[in-house]
Amino acid sequence: MKGLKKKRRIQIIALAAVALGLSTALIGYAMRDGINFFRSPSQVVEAPPPPNEVFRIGGLVENGSIVRGRGETVRFSVTDGAAAVEVTYTGLLPDLFSEGEGMVGTGRYVDGTFQATEILAKHDETYMPKEVVDALKEQGVYQEPNAPLPGG
Amino acid sequence: MSLWEYANPAKFMATSRRPMQALGAAAAVALAVGLVWGFFFTPDDYRQGATVKIIYLHVPSALMAINGWLMMLVASLIWLIRRHHVSALAARAAAPVGMTMTLVALVTGAVWGSPMWGTWWAWDPRLTSFLILFLFYLGYIALWEAIEDPDTAADLTSVLCLVGSVFAVLSRYAVLFWNQGLHQGASLSLDAEENVADVFYFPLLVCIAGFVMLFVALVLLRTRTEVRARRLHVLTMRRRMSA
Repeated sequence: MKGLKKKRRIQIIALAAVALGLSTALIGYAMRDGINFFRSPSQVVEAPPPPNEVFRIGGLVENGSIVRGRGETVRFSVTDGAAAVEVTYTGLLPDLFSEGEGMVGTGRYVDGTFQATEILAKHDETYMPKEVVDALKEQGVYQEPNAPLPGG
Repeated sequence: MSLWEYANPAKFMATSRRPMQALGAAAAVALAVGLVWGFFFTPDDYRQGATVKIIYLHVPSALMAINGWLMMLVASLIWLIRRHHVSALAARAAAPVGMTMTLVALVTGAVWGSPMWGTWWAWDPRLTSFLILFLFYLGYIALWEAIEDPDTAADLTSVLCLVGSVFAVLSRYAVLFWNQGLHQGASLSLDAEENVADVFYFPLLVCIAGFVMLFVALVLLRTRTEVRARRLHVLTMRRRMSA
């Protein structure tokens, strides 16, 4: 950079910036399946992965679908609005896990059910005080913040 | 009278002292008010309970971690194009401050994620690019130390800064490009939709203002130190030459 004229320096920087942006976009696009943290139920139903593949599935826990079995076993279905997938899981669930909330599970897709080995809760970007939500529920005007489905 | 006058080291030293002190004092007040307000005088969230209070550290520090790198990018570009030494030194001075912000955001995020998500770390696009940004901060600081000649060091670190900006931008917008991640989208945005209730929002704004002013004050302080250190270096070299 030292021996170059100012105009040439600007040209090089502009060129470098364009090359960087372009390569980032290309890499990001090509590896989007690996960069995305989870697959949606629609993607799983559309192209069911083989039973030995470990992957993550993410979506909303369908309302009224949680069935607690013996011990710590839980069965529920995860949905993205278009498709739903049955999930079974044995273990402790995170605090935020409940019906109508987002979740991400790791596991295998065997015979039409997703056998999860790990369940994470996905939090959305809404923050509201407890008292306000209670008051809204009392008046019957409370709407689930994630009732409209997330993108994807 | 042009803006570039302030790139003159003497002019910079003369004009930056008062703003630095004022910003430092204002930052202390804003942080004290914002954090006490946020930690002790806000209600619990309807799903997160008291864990929501981590937002007062996490969001401002993450914001400044990313903006800090972008500030270094602007300073580096000014150095590369116009060759103002104060600009290169400002970029160098900002790196440890930005690195600390990144670390604070990573740690507070892990503390929040542990009870909320059920894990303290996940290889989500946003989290991963943020970790890479942290590594870029470390590499940037190391590169400055590794090269003896100040002008070469400034050139090479500027190029590193340009490359690292990819991850600074990604940590902010990864949620938009790859929408199937674990990290939630932006809670604060300038468009109309409101995601954060006012009781949480106002103390958060005060905290953000505090972090911004703290960052600027620290960068000014460290830049002044860098300018003095370089002056000292020149003086010692001169004495050694004449002796």
